[in-house]
Amino acid sequence: MAAVTTSAQAAALHPHDAHAGHDHYAAQLRMNRLGLWLFFISEGFLFGGLLTVRFFLWGADTRPELDQTIGLIVTSVLLISSVSMRLAETAMERGNRKAFSVFILLTALFGLIFLGGVMVFEWGLFPSLYPAHLTPWGDKYGAVVFAMTGMHALHVISGIIFILIVWNLARKGNFSQERHWGVESCAIYWHYVDVVWIFFYPALYLIGNAVHVTH
Amino acid sequence: MRLTSLGVVRGLVGYFAGMLIGMAVVVISRLVLGMSAWDQEAVWVGGIIFSIIGFLLGVGAMSDWLKWTRGVQTPLRHGPPVNQPAWTRYFGVDYNHKVIGIQYGVTAFMLLVVGGSFALIFRSELADSGITFLQPGTYNTVLSMHGWVALAAILLGIAGIANYLVPLMIGAEDMAFPRLNAFAYWLNVPAIVTLLISMLFGWDSGWTAYPPLSLRGPVGYQMVFWAIFGIGLSSILGSLNLIVTMLLMRPKGMTLFRMPILCWAILATSIIQLTATQLIGQAFLMLSFERTLGMPLFNPIYNAAGENIGGQPILFQHLFWFYSHPAVYVFVLPGLGIISELLPVFSRKPLFGYRWVALSSLAIALVGFLVWGHHMFTSGYQPYLRVVFMISTLLVAVPTGVKFFSWLGTLWGGRLTFQTPMLFTLGAISVFLIGGLSGPILATAATDLFLHDTYFIVGHFHATIFGGFVFPFFAAIYYWYPKITGRMYNETMGKLHFWLMTPGFWLMSLAQMTAGTMGMRRRIADYDPALGVENVQLLVTIAGFVIAFSILIMIYNLFTSAEVGVLAGNNPWRSRSPEWQIPSPAPEHSYARPITVVGEPYDYGLAGSTYIATAGAGDD
Repeated sequence: MAAVTTSAQAAALHPHDAHAGHDHYAAQLRMNRLGLWLFFISEGFLFGGLLTVRFFLWGADTRPELDQTIGLIVTSVLLISSVSMRLAETAMERGNRKAFSVFILLTALFGLIFLGGVMVFEWGLFPSLYPAHLTPWGDKYGAVVFAMTGMHALHVISGIIFILIVWNLARKGNFSQERHWGVESCAIYWHYVDVVWIFFYPALYLIGNAVHVTH
Repeated sequence: MRLTSLGVVRGLVGYFAGMLIGMAVVVISRLVLGMSAWDQEAVWVGGIIFSIIGFLLGVGAMSDWLKWTRGVQTPLRHGPPVNQPAWTRYFGVDYNHKVIGIQYGVTAFMLLVVGGSFALIFRSELADSGITFLQPGTYNTVLSMHGWVALAAILLGIAGIANYLVPLMIGAEDMAFPRLNAFAYWLNVPAIVTLLISMLFGWDSGWTAYPPLSLRGPVGYQMVFWAIFGIGLSSILGSLNLIVTMLLMRPKGMTLFRMPILCWAILATSIIQLTATQLIGQAFLMLSFERTLGMPLFNPIYNAAGENIGGQPILFQHLFWFYSHPAVYVFVLPGLGIISELLPVFSRKPLFGYRWVALSSLAIALVGFLVWGHHMFTSGYQPYLRVVFMISTLLVAVPTGVKFFSWLGTLWGGRLTFQTPMLFTLGAISVFLIGGLSGPILATAATDLFLHDTYFIVGHFHATIFGGFVFPFFAAIYYWYPKITGRMYNETMGKLHFWLMTPGFWLMSLAQMTAGTMGMRRRIADYDPALGVENVQLLVTIAGFVIAFSILIMIYNLFTSAEVGVLAGNNPWRSRSPEWQIPSPAPEHSYARPITVVGEPYDYGLAGSTYIATAGAGDD
């Protein structure tokens, strides 16, 4: 079936991608922004679903015994990383390449510290450094902690990869003061992942009384 | 032409290479961590994840994005691949929304045939009592496969209609994100292959995959979980694309309330798909993780003191139905939109109550988020919830009634003509009426307690899905066939298809409901002849084969007419919609000149009214 005819004439009338004029860029930017926010709405249902699982299985009055000091530290680091991300984006808008590189790499470093904190202290992946107190297969507390922090960590990891790609592209001179959708989307994504943690942190660390489960 | 120049062949090579790599990665990791090398759950999960990525890399659905990460600019490719026959573009990554729409549509049709064939297999077993040729385990696998393959067919069919028609109908050049569009389509293909592979291992719970059964059954479940996750991710990305397209790519004068009515239905559908789909993806991932790592999210564990320190099976039902009920509206809203779209054309009258119909789609979508608990009347949740969910469910009848009222108002006093698309539209209304009227009986908790898990519910949802999706989908295929191919289908064969399928379906539906009220349960391979349902079951099976035969006629019709059909011209239905104002088949770039909207879409029969104007047409 010849469902779509090709016509050289029609193609000649439509040099859409050949000219990257200002109008075209502005229109594309509007669509990109809306698309990204719709993606966040969609992801909101995923994280909302995980919160539902937490409250369904634990109730509002119980939570596992987690290390409060570590929780406070990693949360603070993640929140500070949002500030450095904002500084990086501002530096790009002002055309300060050097400050941009410093701040965006600092953001990735904060992200790595957060990730390391979760892996070493919450997950207990390295028992020689810090003894594991929860396992994913032990009970509902371990299972939900690993499900929630695991899904969040996946987003932090993808955020760090995103940052490194954007840093590399900026280094090669792919962005300008006016046109840097890559930086903008990376920054919004990073803030979004932070906002998710703002909901996850109290759900895991603060709400309810710590219970000690006997197996 | 070499075979490997076809994207789909490279994709399949990538699929199986990825599967082997994924399995090897898991085995090696296990050995490094000091565990036994083989654990079939973990090894298969690794294999499936890598195989899906392998397919997408092989087919080339991500190549442009991967280049972007290295700073390489890639202009959007138009037209068929160079130095290759034009048809090859359908077997590889192509960015034109019309090509992607046809890829979706043809895949959906194939899946519909496969899913229908599964139904014929187990219907034959049910034609009389006693086990004849399907053992219960196989019976359950075939039945479960029927469910998910048919649902995948519906999701892809809707995506096909939306992808092909929405940009054409709103006068846009293409979708907002063409690469994402192609990616979303190609994600389905490895998912479907994975779903079909699950048959080799079997899974036996029905499509709902309730734990604890789905946690204990064979490894085929893992494939189902990840396949559905892939199809779900595809519908999320596809609906995101459609929403952006409809909100930001409308030409001058095309206000939201001047869009063709089908676009409103697709908009409402996309809102559900964008959000609710996350919940079934999450629920199936949780099942997979519980099987693989033993995370007790759904399976209860009791400690020495008798307390449950594990999960709860009913949590799964909440997560599952939070998607799977709104999903029903994903299935039917586009179909109801097609009915509203076609009736004015074949009645030569304005659509009755355009704004009400548009908003009723949104209302159904929003109320649909509040009704999931009506699937769980017998699950053992708090009894007071039954009342809440009963009321919210019955509320759905109001916006649905608005649509029926509008259809009758449109037909009333119209100059009706009865070509095949119109017949299927009217058939859809009649079948959806059967499904709709049996709905409140099930929505009422008191009657549902008796009818739950019987053939009454099977009859009910097949009537809603056939009336809300299959009949309108066929109407849409016949109606837009001249737009796609430039030729008319054979009218006689089209009418024969209709007059076999519609009475066949009425018979099947009513017989299924009768069997249900007589006590026939769903999802069982055998039944007691003392129930007295043998004759009814035989009728259902015969009706099923009649429907299948009529669809064979349709396939023959569509294939032959593409070659020998009468040339249709640009606008055989005298429609006012933008897509009929351009040549058929649609050219590579649909709108050589941008259009502007100057009037209302459905003013059929009003002298001197115009809907769209082509910019610069008067300058020639």
